[in-house]
Amino acid sequence: MASPARRAPSDSPDRPPEGKQILSADDIGRVLDRIAHQILEKTKGAPDTMLLGIPTRGVALAGRLADRIRRFADIEVPAGALDITLYRDDLRRNALRPLEPTDLPPSGVDDQRVILVDDVLYSGRTVRAALNALYDLGRPAQVQLAILVDRGHRELPIRADYVGKNIPTSRAESVAVHLTEYDGADAVTITGGAER
Amino acid sequence: MSTLIKGADLLGRGRADVLVRDGRVAEIGTLTAPAGAETVDADGLILLPGLVDLHTHLREPGREDAETVLTGTQAAAKGGYTAVCAMANSYPVADTAGVVEQVAALGRAAGYADVQPIGAVSIGLAGERLAELGAMADSAARVRIFSDDGHCVHDPRLMRRALEYVKTFGGLIAQHAEEPRLTEGAEMNEGAVSAELGLPGWPSVAEEAIVARDVLLAEYVGSRVHFCHISTARTVEIIREAKARGVDVTAEVCPHHLLLTDEAAHSYDPVFKVNPPLRTDRDVAALRAALAEGVVDAVATDHAPHAPQDKDCEWAAARPGMLGLETALSITVAALGGPEDCDWDTVAERTSRAPARIASLPGHGRDPEPGAEANLTLVDPSESWTVVPSELASLSQNTPYAGMELPVTVQATFLRGRATVLDGKLVEETE
Amino acid sequence: MKHLLTTKQLERDEAELILDLTGQMAEAVSGREVPKLPTLRGRTVVNLFYEDSTRTRTSFETAAKRLSADVVNFSAKTSSVNKGESLRDTALTLQAMGADAVVIRHPAAGAPQRLTEWVDGAVLNAGDGTHAHPTQALLDAYTMQRRLGGIEGRTVAIVGDILHSRVARSNIWLLAKLGANVRLVGPPTLLPNDIDAWPAEVSYDLDAALTDADAVMMLRVQRERMNDAFFPTTNEYARLFGLDERRLALMPDHAIVMHPGPMNRGMEIAARVADSPRATITEQVANGVWVRMAVLYLLLTNGASA
Repeated sequence: MASPARRAPSDSPDRPPEGKQILSADDIGRVLDRIAHQILEKTKGAPDTMLLGIPTRGVALAGRLADRIRRFADIEVPAGALDITLYRDDLRRNALRPLEPTDLPPSGVDDQRVILVDDVLYSGRTVRAALNALYDLGRPAQVQLAILVDRGHRELPIRADYVGKNIPTSRAESVAVHLTEYDGADAVTITGGAER
Repeated sequence: MSTLIKGADLLGRGRADVLVRDGRVAEIGTLTAPAGAETVDADGLILLPGLVDLHTHLREPGREDAETVLTGTQAAAKGGYTAVCAMANSYPVADTAGVVEQVAALGRAAGYADVQPIGAVSIGLAGERLAELGAMADSAARVRIFSDDGHCVHDPRLMRRALEYVKTFGGLIAQHAEEPRLTEGAEMNEGAVSAELGLPGWPSVAEEAIVARDVLLAEYVGSRVHFCHISTARTVEIIREAKARGVDVTAEVCPHHLLLTDEAAHSYDPVFKVNPPLRTDRDVAALRAALAEGVVDAVATDHAPHAPQDKDCEWAAARPGMLGLETALSITVAALGGPEDCDWDTVAERTSRAPARIASLPGHGRDPEPGAEANLTLVDPSESWTVVPSELASLSQNTPYAGMELPVTVQATFLRGRATVLDGKLVEETE
Repeated sequence: MKHLLTTKQLERDEAELILDLTGQMAEAVSGREVPKLPTLRGRTVVNLFYEDSTRTRTSFETAAKRLSADVVNFSAKTSSVNKGESLRDTALTLQAMGADAVVIRHPAAGAPQRLTEWVDGAVLNAGDGTHAHPTQALLDAYTMQRRLGGIEGRTVAIVGDILHSRVARSNIWLLAKLGANVRLVGPPTLLPNDIDAWPAEVSYDLDAALTDADAVMMLRVQRERMNDAFFPTTNEYARLFGLDERRLALMPDHAIVMHPGPMNRGMEIAARVADSPRATITEQVANGVWVRMAVLYLLLTNGASA
């Protein structure tokens, strides 16, 4: 569908990976394996649990985690999507954001353990918006957060339960997560800012 | 008191000096300034007979917040005019000898242009009973043109009587041709643009039906008739045919109908709302051709000042009309081909001589010749200017040409030898 | 896009974006525990209504409130058209109050466009004279999209008083832009004089116009037209241009019947037709809220309009 202002929601526009590579495709695979195991361990086999990815790249990551959990433990954890656009606190300042679908597993979120999944954790504002969006949909029993890259600089009292990799950054830098589903290949790169 | 105009272009008679003394042209030739004479350098300028406007709304008495006789005639002088005919739709209406004499007196007191009042045809412009046309004709204001302008004299019987009655004193009925039932609620030209904008249309046939009828009436009773602000291609055809048949008919066109079209209404800016409305490209082309050819006799401004609150509003709430006096000459020249290519004698004919004849103003519309009243206008054909509403002399600013660059500037205007405008600026002291 | 004044000014991709957002708004809110989004919290939407229209005003109000905007209803019984406060003065008041958006319904065509010159906020045209009613056209398009599966290539007959209809004027441009074939049907007295430039065909024969139509949109006929020689009698109008059951049967089985409301039952539309399952009239009203949410979201979250 034509959307004049559509753009990639991560820090990087659609272009081939450039800048310094932080995680390779293999690294990303290993990191996701580890997170899947941690989820199984920490939730004791993930009963009444769902993975909700935050569009765009969080949705793909949630799907990959669900696949891994199925493969490792033969446990079905439903994966869905939670669009937070209408809950953002920067709508006034930024150009129009088209909405992404919200796609909940049939069970709904009531009394479930919801694991939010996103690619990069930075200020925490996206997670704040996701929590608000989630609680307008129902009343989960517990909410956890899984993140591929934590780059620091939190502006809210939020931390992730599952972290793929901590990457210290300066605010001038940007971290770009590339996933095969959207970008043709897996990689995490860092660009801009002072020489490291 | 004398003035020597040095080296002006005298329209086909070559360059010459013109000496003006005691309100009249004294001498033409290669002259040296007599002692005490002021000299005006007219090198590269064209000397026209002073412009005459058949159709001016001065708004006084009644709407002095929009224009006064003083500010209106100052605008006239800046536009090169030495005489204006003041329309009758003031408050009170100019339908009695008293009102027309007051307007004429205000004009004399202001001193920037001769103000010739036009009398109403019907009492209160109501279209029902004839006003005292004879009393106005006999008054000190010497009224010769009668018009209900703003309203059409639509009752055919009243129109017939008026056409007949004014023969007594050589009067002339100037008709605002608009069949009222066809224009009820009308806001703009009826056509593709009105259809899109959802503004009720003013069909061209509403003008043409009245023009056709009144040509027949005038022919039938043997009177002359004049049509105000004609605006459509078909009206031109009706008048062309009537003239060919020998009917004593004259017509005027407004500058805005020679330049602008109904496309301007897309802005919904009521500065473009006028009655009759702006028409189409086809009408503009036909009116320009008719003006060049002489089917249309005169350019008349329909100068219609309005206070800000009457234009700073919704289109439907706005009063119709636009300023014209200070821009008319420029637009006429543009419509006749531009300063290089237009026939300046035609410019003089349509803006001065013909309107002076139609209005029966013997002192105006005369080319400079010894003995003639020195009502003259000096025009710079090579200097263009940009219209800035706040810089206009008119009290109001409802010009549709704001920001436009127009050709030719009026450098000086002389009313019976006295400069009302010099170097393009008003001469402030009067008498 | 800073304002929404007409559908003619919309680009096709903008119109499609609004329709997409409309569906997403419906999805985002429908069946939820809290049918309300925080999106426009702290923003002020003024409903400036110079004509009584409870249905349109309420629809805008509901849409704004679902997005958590503050709503101020400013109903003006008089306007400068009938000697009340001037639109400009009212606009300056709203400007001083800090309106982020003004939803205006006004009897004078072009009033919303004039308003854009006097306020900084977004202006949404909720109907101006006989000119335009863009959100009505958008909700009609959304309804058609849902019921017909799309708009491209569909044939839509718009029937009745085209001359005085802002709904028709807005639908024609939008539908044509979205690829529909638009057919105008009505007596010549109720069609504008010069519509050669409109992207629509014209017919005076309703029966013939219906046989291949995917949707028919019946326009309300104002009672006052009767006294102004547009047509002889209501009976004759209903006979020639009313949608009754016989005519409904002429249409393809999938075809839908639309009406922007309020209806004159028995005049342009027979009561049984209005109540038939093929009529989308109440659906149109429901969709109106989603469309207006989408438009408010679009205009008020755009960086440029802040």
